[in-house]
Amino acid sequence: MARIGVFICHCGENISATVDCEKVAKVASEFPGVAVSVDYKYMCSDPGQNLVKEAIIEHKLTGVVVSACSPRMHEPTFRNACAEAGLNPFLCEMANIREHCSWVHEKGDATTQKAIDIVRTLVEKVKRNEALAPIYVPISKTAVVIGGGVAGIQAALDIADAGHKVVMVEREPSIGGHMSQLSETFPTLDCSQCILTPRMVDVARHPNITLYTYAEIESVDGSIGNFNVKIRLKSKSLDEKVCTGCGACIQKCPVKKIPSEFEQGLGMRTAIYVPFPQAVPNKPVIDRKNCTYYIKGKCKVCEIVCPTKAIRFDQEDSFVEVQAGALLLATGFDVLKTSAFPEYGYGKYKDVIDGLQFERLASASGPTKGEIRRPSDGQIPKKIVFIACAGSRDPAKGREYCSKICCMYTAKHAMLYKHKVHEGTPYIFYMDIRATGKMYEEFVRRAIEEDEVKYIRGRVSQVYEKNGKLIVRGVDTLLMGQPVEIEADMVVLATAGIANQGSEELAQKLHVSYDKHKFFSEAHPKLKPVETNTAGIFLAGACQSTKDIPETVAAASGAAAKVVGLFSNDMLKRDPLIAIVKKSPPPVYSSCTGCFMCIQVCPYQAIDKEEIKDRNGNIIKTISHINPGLCQGCGTCVAFCKSKSIDILGYNHDQVYAEVSALLNE
Amino acid sequence: MSAHSENSSLSAKLHQATEVKSAKCYQCGKCSAGCPLSTEMEYPPSVIMRMLQTEDLKNDRKILKSQTIWVCVSCEMCLSRCPMEIDIPKVMDFMRQKSIAEGLSNPKSKNIIRFHKAFLDSIKYTGRLHEISLVADYKMRSMHLTQDVMMVPKMLSRGKLPILPEIIKDKKKVSGFFKKSEHTNF
Amino acid sequence: MQKKIGYYPGCSLEGSAREYNESVQTLAKAFDVTLEQVPDWNCCGATAAHNLNKVLSFALPARILANAEKAGMENILVPCAACYNRLSMVQHELGKNESLRNEVNAIIEADLKCNLKILNIIQFIQMFISDFVGDKQQLLFNKKVACYYGCLLVRPNDVLGFDRAEDPQMMDEVMKSLGADTIDWPFKTECCGAGLSVSRTDIVGNLSGRIVKEAADRGAEAIIVACPMCHSNLDMRRPAIEKAIGEKIDIPVIYISQAIDMALGKTQKETGINRHFVPVNIELKKKEAEPQVVIEKTEEK
Repeated sequence: MARIGVFICHCGENISATVDCEKVAKVASEFPGVAVSVDYKYMCSDPGQNLVKEAIIEHKLTGVVVSACSPRMHEPTFRNACAEAGLNPFLCEMANIREHCSWVHEKGDATTQKAIDIVRTLVEKVKRNEALAPIYVPISKTAVVIGGGVAGIQAALDIADAGHKVVMVEREPSIGGHMSQLSETFPTLDCSQCILTPRMVDVARHPNITLYTYAEIESVDGSIGNFNVKIRLKSKSLDEKVCTGCGACIQKCPVKKIPSEFEQGLGMRTAIYVPFPQAVPNKPVIDRKNCTYYIKGKCKVCEIVCPTKAIRFDQEDSFVEVQAGALLLATGFDVLKTSAFPEYGYGKYKDVIDGLQFERLASASGPTKGEIRRPSDGQIPKKIVFIACAGSRDPAKGREYCSKICCMYTAKHAMLYKHKVHEGTPYIFYMDIRATGKMYEEFVRRAIEEDEVKYIRGRVSQVYEKNGKLIVRGVDTLLMGQPVEIEADMVVLATAGIANQGSEELAQKLHVSYDKHKFFSEAHPKLKPVETNTAGIFLAGACQSTKDIPETVAAASGAAAKVVGLFSNDMLKRDPLIAIVKKSPPPVYSSCTGCFMCIQVCPYQAIDKEEIKDRNGNIIKTISHINPGLCQGCGTCVAFCKSKSIDILGYNHDQVYAEVSALLNE
Repeated sequence: MSAHSENSSLSAKLHQATEVKSAKCYQCGKCSAGCPLSTEMEYPPSVIMRMLQTEDLKNDRKILKSQTIWVCVSCEMCLSRCPMEIDIPKVMDFMRQKSIAEGLSNPKSKNIIRFHKAFLDSIKYTGRLHEISLVADYKMRSMHLTQDVMMVPKMLSRGKLPILPEIIKDKKKVSGFFKKSEHTNF
Repeated sequence: MQKKIGYYPGCSLEGSAREYNESVQTLAKAFDVTLEQVPDWNCCGATAAHNLNKVLSFALPARILANAEKAGMENILVPCAACYNRLSMVQHELGKNESLRNEVNAIIEADLKCNLKILNIIQFIQMFISDFVGDKQQLLFNKKVACYYGCLLVRPNDVLGFDRAEDPQMMDEVMKSLGADTIDWPFKTECCGAGLSVSRTDIVGNLSGRIVKEAADRGAEAIIVACPMCHSNLDMRRPAIEKAIGEKIDIPVIYISQAIDMALGKTQKETGINRHFVPVNIELKKKEAEPQVVIEKTEEK
C-alpha cells in the first residue's frame, strides 16, 4: 500500500501570491494513497527539508512529491534529503507549480486548481516509481582543449598542472591566438607577448600536454567521460621530428609577397613560414595555396636548402583519435570586416585600418618595429582619428551587442600613439565610454587628462581622402550636434568582435548550442557560465562572447576547475534514467521482435544486439541490448519500438500513462 | 498607454501615426553628423529625437515651432546611416503636418511652407505642375516679387517655361483627392 | 527589334527640364525603344505633398500607378529621380500594407496591384541601351567626369536598392563604357538642396556649391546627373553657388542621357544641351575603329 507524502512550497510569495497553497495541501491530503500533505514557506530551507525527512520516518513514506519549483532547480536537493532519511531518491518527484503555474497565471481559483492537478499527476506517478540505483561509468582522464589562444593555454596548463592529460588542438600553425598579436595591454600597458610567450612555451614543454597545431576537429562522438575525438592533422609538408627550426627554408623561399595573417596584412610572409618569430612550435608549414611547387610543379628550393631534409611535399593529412573525458572550447573570436561600412572607406583607403592592425603597428615585433607609421607612405601621422563602435551596437549593418573591449583598447591605442608620437593628436569619436573593469575608468581618465586624448562624443558620417589627407566628417553631440571636420592622417576603426570563422560548424559537430551571433551558449548565464548544455563540454573566453584578457583567463581557469572536478572521480555517477529492453521469463524471454529499428535511430550508438542462448549455446533469439554507459535516456528508441519493448527507467509506460490519466480522469 | 489621448506626448502620437519609436534612438549622433542641413537647423535631427524622448510638452512645442522640420529636404542620409534604422524622414513629415495643423509653423520658415502650398495648389487645378504659375503664385504669397526675375528671360529663351499649363483630362478627379484629403487621415 | 516601355516624364520634364525629356526621347529613338506615356498622368506631388499632406502624397502617385496598370504596362521608365523615388516608395508601401492600399484605392477609385517594374534612367540604360551602343557610338567621351547621383535615386537603399548606398557605381560604369574617366569623389550622394531651390536659394547655393567645387577641385570637366532637381540646382543656380563659394566655376552639368546622345553624335537640338545655363563647351574626340585585338594565350602564372 502506497504511503505518499506531499509537500507544498510557498516559495516565499513566488507561488503563494497566485496559488492558495493551503488549499492545495488540503485537497492533496485526500488523494488516495497520500499519507501526509503539508505546506511550508520555504521547503528548500533547512527546516523545510527536515519537514520532509521527519515525515518519511514518521509516516513510513513510500514516495514523496515536493510541489515547488522546476526539477532543474531543486530536484537534487530533495532527492538528497530523501536519501538521508532512508528513502531511495528516485522515489521523490517534483511537481512544478512555480514555472508551470504560479509564474504564468494570475491569482485565482483556476490557478489553484491547476496546481492541484499538477500535484495529482505526480502523486499518481510516484506511486508507480521504482527504487533505482545510479550507474557508474569510467572516465577517460584526458581533456581535449580546442583552441590555443590565451583561454586555451590557461585552461590547458591548469588541467595539466592538476595532473591530467591534455590534448590541445590549434587550427593555425602556432598557438598564441589574438593575444600574441597585441602590442601592450590595458590597463597596465604591460607587453602582451612578454606575458604570453612564456606560457606558450610552458604548453609545449608540459609533460601532460600533447600539442597538435595546424589541426582541426574532424568528428566527436560519445559523451561525458568518454568522448571519442578524431583530429585532422593538416599536412605541414614537413617532418617535424626532423626539422630543427633553423629557418633556412624561410629565408630562401622565393614567394615573399603573401600578406601575413599574423601582421593583419600589414606585413608579408613567405610560402613556407612560421607566423611570427616567437611561434610555438617554431617550425614552419608550407602554405600550399601560395607555394610555387604546388601551383606549378617546380621550385623545391626549401627542400634543397634544408640541412636536415625535413621537407615532405607528398605528405598527406593524417588523423589521430583521442579518448577524452571532457572537451574544452576556447576557439576565440574574429573581428568584423568593415566592408559593411563604406562610409568609413575601409578597404578603399590604405590609411583606414582596424584596431587589430593598429596593434601590429604599435607592436615592437610588428612590421614597423613599433613605430606608428601609416601604411600608405610610411609617414608618421600627425593626427589619428579613432572611431569607436564600428559595427558594434549597430543592428542595421553590424552587430547589436556591445563588443565590450573596444572602449578600452581604443583608449590604449590613443595613449600608445601619444607616447610614441608626442606632437601627434589622437581624437576618439565615441558614443559611451564603457570602462567597467578594475582600474579601467582610471585608465581612460589618464588618457584624457594626462595624454590629452581628444574625446569627441558623437559619430562620424563619412571619411574621404583629399590631397593626401583623410577628411573625417562627424558631429559633437555634446555641442547640440555641431559639425566637426578633422583632416587626419590615419583613421582606426574599433571594429566589432564577432564569432570566429567556423564556430557554427564546430558547434554542430559537438552538439553544443550557440546564439544567433554564432557565439557558443553557456548552460546558464549566471550559475553555469563555463558549461555548455552538453555535459562534459566546457567553454572559455571569447568564443562565448567578446571578452578582455582578465575575463578570458578567469573563465579559462573556471572551466579548467570544472574539468579537474570531473576528473577527480574514477567513475562518473549518472542518473539511471536510461532505456532498457524489457525481459520476461522463458519461453518468451523478451517481447523484442528483433527488428532493430532502435539501433538505426539511436543518436548515441548505444544499442547493439544480444543473443539469448540455451544451455547448450544454441541461439534462441536475438534482441536489442542497450549499453547503459552510452545511453543518454533521450527516448528516441522508445518512440520507434513497434512492440513496446523498450522503457525508460523512471519514465516507463505505466508511470507516464498514470500521469496522463490522472489529468483526464479527475 | 495614453497614446490615444489628446494630451499624450508628441512621441506617443508619432508612434501611433508612423510606428516610429523615439526610444529606439541612443543618441549616437550619426544622423546629425551626415545631415547636409544640420548647420541650418536650430535642432539637428539627433537633438529632435532627444527632445521627443523627454515627452516634455515644452520640448514638443519647440519641435513643432522649429525651423529644423522645414529645412529638412528629406534627402534620407540620416535613415540610410542610422544604426537603429529609425525613419527620421518620416518623423519630419509627421512633424511638418502636425506643425501646420496646430498652427505652430515657424515664421522664419514661412517661405518654404508657402512654396509647398503654392506647389500643391498648382496641381489642384490642373493635375500637373505648371512652373510659371507656381512661381507667380509663390511670389504673391511671399511678396518676393523681384526674386529670380533675372532667371525668367533666360528660362523663356531656352524654352524652359511653357506659358500655358498642361491640363489633364480627369482634373476633377485629382482635385477630388484634395477634398477627400481634408477629411481623411491615415 | 521593336521594344516598348511605359513612360512617366513628370512635370519638370515638360518645363524647366524639357531637355532631359528631349534627350531621353532621342536616346529611345536611336535604340528603337517606343516610349508610351502613362495615360492622362498627373503630378506625383513631389516634396510638397509628403511635407504637407500624407493623403495626397499617396493618392497622387497611386493614380499614376493605377493608370499605368490599367493601360497594361509592365515596366515604366521614370527619368526624374524625384518622381522615381515617390512612385517606387508609394508602390512599396502600398504593396506591403493592405489596409493602407484599400484606403488609397477608395480615394483614387481604383484597384492597385502594385506590381509595376519602375525603372530609373540608369536601369533603363542598362536594360535597353548599354548592350547595343557598340557601333552606334561615334564620339569618344574622352573627358574626366564626376558622376553625381544625388539622394533620391539611391535612398532608401533597401527599397530602391539598384546600386549601393555609399559610393554608387552604376552611372560611373555607363560613363566609363563611353570612354570617360570618372573621378572618385565623396559627394556622389550628398544633397544639392533639392526643393529649397526657390524658397531658400541661399541653402541651395551652399550645398550645391560644395558639390560643384569638389568636382572641379578633383579635375572633373563635367558633372553627370540623373535628376532634374539636381540639374536645375547645379546648373541654373550657378549665381547662388558662386556667391556661396566665392569663385566662378564653369563646369557644365549634363544628364546621363545627354551624355550618351553626345557620344552617338547627336546634334545640340537633339540632346537639348543648348538649353543649359552653363554652356556645354565639350569637344568629343572621334572614335577610331577599334584595332583588332589578338589575344595571345599566355602561360598561366
